[in-house]
Amino acid sequence: MSATIPLSWFLLVGAGLFSIGLYGALARRNAVAVLMGIELLLNAVNINLVAFNRYIVPQQVTGQVFAIFVLAIAAAEAAVGLALIISIYRSRDTVNLEDIDLLKG
Amino acid sequence: MAITYLHLIFLALAGFTLLCALGVVASRNLFHSAIWLIGAFAGVAGLYWLLEAEYLAIAQIMIYIGAIATLIVFAIMLSRGMMIGRVKMNNFQAGISAVVAALLFLMLSFVLLQVNWPVVEQAVSVDPIPMIGEAFVTTYVIPFQVIAVLLSVALVGAIMIARER
Amino acid sequence: MNIFEFIRDPSQIGPWFNEVLLSTGMQPWVANLIGDIIGVLLVVIVVLSSAIMLIWLERKIAARLQDRLGPNRAGRYGLLQTLADIVKLLTKEDVTPDGADRVSFNLAPALMVMQIIMVAAIIPVASGLVGANLSVGLLYFVAMSGIASIGALMAGWASNNKYALLGGFRVVAQLMSYEIPLAFSLLAAVIWTGTMATNDLAIKQGELLFGFIPGWNIVVMPFAALIFFISILAEGERAPFDLLEAESEIVAGPNIEYSGLKFAWFYLQFFVNSLLLACIFATVFLGGWQGPFVDQFPILGVGYFFAKSLIVLLALMWVRATYPRLRIDQMMTFCWKVLVPVTLVVVLIVAIGARVTPDRNINAVIISVANIVALFVTLGIVGRSLRRDVERRKAALPGAYTAQV
Repeated sequence: MSATIPLSWFLLVGAGLFSIGLYGALARRNAVAVLMGIELLLNAVNINLVAFNRYIVPQQVTGQVFAIFVLAIAAAEAAVGLALIISIYRSRDTVNLEDIDLLKG
Repeated sequence: MAITYLHLIFLALAGFTLLCALGVVASRNLFHSAIWLIGAFAGVAGLYWLLEAEYLAIAQIMIYIGAIATLIVFAIMLSRGMMIGRVKMNNFQAGISAVVAALLFLMLSFVLLQVNWPVVEQAVSVDPIPMIGEAFVTTYVIPFQVIAVLLSVALVGAIMIARER
Repeated sequence: MNIFEFIRDPSQIGPWFNEVLLSTGMQPWVANLIGDIIGVLLVVIVVLSSAIMLIWLERKIAARLQDRLGPNRAGRYGLLQTLADIVKLLTKEDVTPDGADRVSFNLAPALMVMQIIMVAAIIPVASGLVGANLSVGLLYFVAMSGIASIGALMAGWASNNKYALLGGFRVVAQLMSYEIPLAFSLLAAVIWTGTMATNDLAIKQGELLFGFIPGWNIVVMPFAALIFFISILAEGERAPFDLLEAESEIVAGPNIEYSGLKFAWFYLQFFVNSLLLACIFATVFLGGWQGPFVDQFPILGVGYFFAKSLIVLLALMWVRATYPRLRIDQMMTFCWKVLVPVTLVVVLIVAIGARVTPDRNINAVIISVANIVALFVTLGIVGRSLRRDVERRKAALPGAYTAQV
């Protein structure tokens, strides 16, 4: 079905999503916003995994299996990350990453 | 190359996904960022569908939209105050980050278009869902178990960290 | 191909229509696209217009169960009451509260309605008569309920109203918790039938056990069906799990601030969602469109399917009209401490039972018996712990539990 679309189109979308996510993760002050950027990064990787799976080994599911592992890790990361953010918000009343500098001495 | 309606669907989905992703990083209101994020997840699910990975598309909707996006919205609401008012959303390195991201995109797309990928012109003739299930309990059984342990640990850890003392 | 053939087997209309379009020299993808658009429109129209009858039915039945008359003024038996209500809602002012987040406020009702339409696409009404026989059908159904909880959360937040926000939180807490027993009881059925596609599930349940017992999943796994029924009570936001809109506690749930047409969308979602949940129950556990002579006259499947769905829907209404509302902690405790462990046991029973002997009939008997045993063991444990709970409270507060006759 999708074989008529060139593989590079999907990879370009993945690259675009990755760059946008990278910008979000680097430039935002808010910890939740940074986390959203990271989710975009993981999604970009998944697009690549599935696209390579479909175009290079269409009769196997290796890429999809890895994408599911990424999905599970993303879920774990979001749960722990958001728990940390809420815990920090409780104790320091801020989620701005610039203000969370206890280790800076 | 003949342009078929599949190309148009792809372009619409890709444009939607990238637009939503831009909304995520550009929106000043954190809640709106989360809504854009849901849109981006849905767009990626659509791309999976186009790649004939139906199972993954549904898993994407179930896990990303149903669980992760909900968690993010919860976190935004529980730490209210941080989304009220016109606070500065970007840090001092926003400018340079934008340049880095743009350069990365240019570099990646240059490489992507240069490489001659060993594409196999073949239709998917197998049902991927039983194969995924089989892969999980044969080839990838160790990673699968590790992921299961990781998820349980993350779940318990998240509850321990976030719980009020 | 004549008209009688279509009446006998309505699933042939689609391919026939496609051929007609192709014979006009149309590109195949244009023909497919036109067919798909007509299919989507059909699903949408049927789903949305079914709400009119559903609302009347629910009000009438709930009224009769509670010894009231129900709507009886507009039209015969009050049949036109819903139409009158729709006209009223359409003429009402569409209020957006001050300080509301406009984008999410308007997006939320659309998401809610989107969810029911998406779910309606996988309901097989008769053999082959299904919007989309997805290979991931049941998983898709579970995934879509996540969209409803996002919509409710969005509505609650955007309304800028603390009751609405509380309602939104409750929706998410409840729907996400009960999604687990819901998904696991479906998983039990999927393990036994070996498919997630809804139409294939119905086909598979047409096999007779020992040549005379219908091989419906409710026969094979009654306990899984019961768990699924409890979960759809919660997913459908119905009493005793209607704390999301507990009028006496949080006014009306996430949709307090909505008025006019947008409120009507929430209302519609509630009623149609119940019907769709009943349809899923009928498909997964009651054999869908299976019934006598369905092989010769597939059209009969429509009747069987809706009869089964309506019975489930009536049971849902019956429960709603009978039981009082649970407290939120009771609701969560029941889900996490009773339903989740029990569904895991049921999935184990089915997964092991399906492989015990090579004979499917004997396996079915084993699973069925194990299910019933598990049901009684669960009832025993839950009953004992409830009794102990009451004893503890009695000891803590002497005099508070004197017998009231």
